[in-house]
Amino acid sequence: MAWVNAIIQGVLTGGLYALFACGLSLMFGVMKVVNLAHGDLAVVAGYVAIGVITITHIPVLWSFVIVVPVMAALGYALQRTIIQSALDRSVLTTLIVTFGLSIVIENGLLQFFSANTRGIGIGLGLVTDSFNLGSQIQIAYLLVVIFAVAVAVLLGLQYFLSRSKYGRLIRAVADDKEAAQLAGADYRHVFGIAAALAFGTVALSGIAYGMYSQLSPTTGTDTILLFAFAAVVIGGLGSLWGTLLGGVVLGVAQQVGAQINIADEVLAGYIVFLAVLVLRPQGLTSRRAQP
Amino acid sequence: VSTVTPTAERVGSDFRVTRSQRNVAWTGAVALIVVVVLARFPYIFYAGTTTILVQAFIVLTLASMWNLMAGYAGLVSVGQQAFVGLGAYFVLVLALHGTDPFAALPVATIGCGVAALPLWWLVSRLRSGYFAIATWVLAATVMLIIERFSSIGGGTGMPLPGFAGFNPTLLTAYTYWAALAVTVAALAAVYLLLRSRLGLVLTAIRDDEVAARSSGARVGLVRLLVFVVAGAGCGAAGAVLAISSLQVQPSAVFSVQWTAEMAFATIIGGLGTIEGPIIGTAVYMVLQQTLASYNAWYLIIFGLVAIIVALVARRGLWGLVDERLHLRLFPVGYYLRSNGSAKPRRRGGATEKAR
Repeated sequence: MAWVNAIIQGVLTGGLYALFACGLSLMFGVMKVVNLAHGDLAVVAGYVAIGVITITHIPVLWSFVIVVPVMAALGYALQRTIIQSALDRSVLTTLIVTFGLSIVIENGLLQFFSANTRGIGIGLGLVTDSFNLGSQIQIAYLLVVIFAVAVAVLLGLQYFLSRSKYGRLIRAVADDKEAAQLAGADYRHVFGIAAALAFGTVALSGIAYGMYSQLSPTTGTDTILLFAFAAVVIGGLGSLWGTLLGGVVLGVAQQVGAQINIADEVLAGYIVFLAVLVLRPQGLTSRRAQP
Repeated sequence: VSTVTPTAERVGSDFRVTRSQRNVAWTGAVALIVVVVLARFPYIFYAGTTTILVQAFIVLTLASMWNLMAGYAGLVSVGQQAFVGLGAYFVLVLALHGTDPFAALPVATIGCGVAALPLWWLVSRLRSGYFAIATWVLAATVMLIIERFSSIGGGTGMPLPGFAGFNPTLLTAYTYWAALAVTVAALAAVYLLLRSRLGLVLTAIRDDEVAARSSGARVGLVRLLVFVVAGAGCGAAGAVLAISSLQVQPSAVFSVQWTAEMAFATIIGGLGTIEGPIIGTAVYMVLQQTLASYNAWYLIIFGLVAIIVALVARRGLWGLVDERLHLRLFPVGYYLRSNGSAKPRRRGGATEKAR
């Protein structure tokens, strides 16, 4: 029964990891930018949420109404300024710039907010309550909600990219930005919009992680960036459902690992990641080779 | 062949190919004097100064290795802390078994080079950004595996044994000399590597990977070699770190801060030049010493400067010097000089391409 429980918990945390991976995957898919500051930006979103909740006293769950647009605006601004300017130089420059951002943000948070961990909505019914499934399996409402949010975000993105007019524009620019430019699209602006979308999901993942666990300046890279990347690689590139599958596989691997030895939770996830990297480098769902 | 020979003959008669515009023996002598003077430091200065220099030597060694990877082989690794940590742990394990920590240093270096082989096998298929994060995951994995062994301190680490018989003053001096030796060896290795045939391939990859590949350069093999050399170099730096801090703590030796420091120093100094990491390390030390009392601020400012340099002055500070003075401290390229006139033509050498 403990194993069944581990698998159920793993599947549910997989939703959280898929949410982490969304923004990373979107930025790579459209701009070919691997954003090494991805996780730290999620932590920033979490800290902004804590600030917003403390100042305005809005209900914790509604903090995203403010935080998501703020992060989306930040994403647009960052993309139009330093990320675009790095992209115009070389791939190497984008890596250096986003790595620099990651280190600057992490140490900035450490400097201004100390190394203390912070949670979002501590003591709130939604965060602490759970329901029982049978006698031994206890499921937190929060994880179910996060899983649902992740699926909703993935569905929404999928729908937006495949059906809407603007989604088509984003895909066109992702395929060939020069050709799209010739057809009249301002690819820099489209990149900005895609970054705004990505940062919106980054904001959601920061808030979700703050409620699920605790945020600290080092959470961004230790947990969010590396788990997001592992989920993307396990699932395979180019498919949003692959991302969900990747998140779920990572979550299950971690929970099963924790069941074997509580200290091996994270390690088990990475070992599955490395196994996929070696045995199936194109990921579990994708048929295309990785870059 | 018939079309090539006359050209070659003409080059032979009208031009001369040299390594440098200035006399290499002269720069070599200066380098030797600098090393000898640096080696005399423990007799001249107090331990405080040499301890700061040990830190500079560690960063310089790391930056030179990162430069070799990112600047020449196109491998942007953000997981080099894996080798810093492994180097430190090699020294710890050997010291626990009774080896002198200083004797363990070369063993740790070779050990890290060997450890780089399986790690390369795991990440070699990935390119650019994916390679970067994958090395980061790899470093985290190596740390988690090492933390599992409670006999070497588990998650908290342990003090480095084997220093019981040392006089503290002598120990600081020995540590300093070890750090200096590692740095000189690292710089010499990078210099000789770049001057060799392989260096030509590396320079070609730096300038244009696709062109290098289509000209028959064995890019994959060269990358493997660079990854191994960089692993060994970072391992040596990690071993020096363990000896100088007298303890090994997983979160400290496997910190991504090491990669940040080596990357930022290289970027600020100038990527793809041997001189760059030296300049970058000097900038790092100045920032670190002036802002020492303000916690993490030096790293924040160092990172911001690196971002600005990457966006504005791509060739770094050394690039600015080079543009004005055409100076090479470590001549690795070739210059094509006309035999008749005294004016050298700069654009002939392999390293001068694509600037």
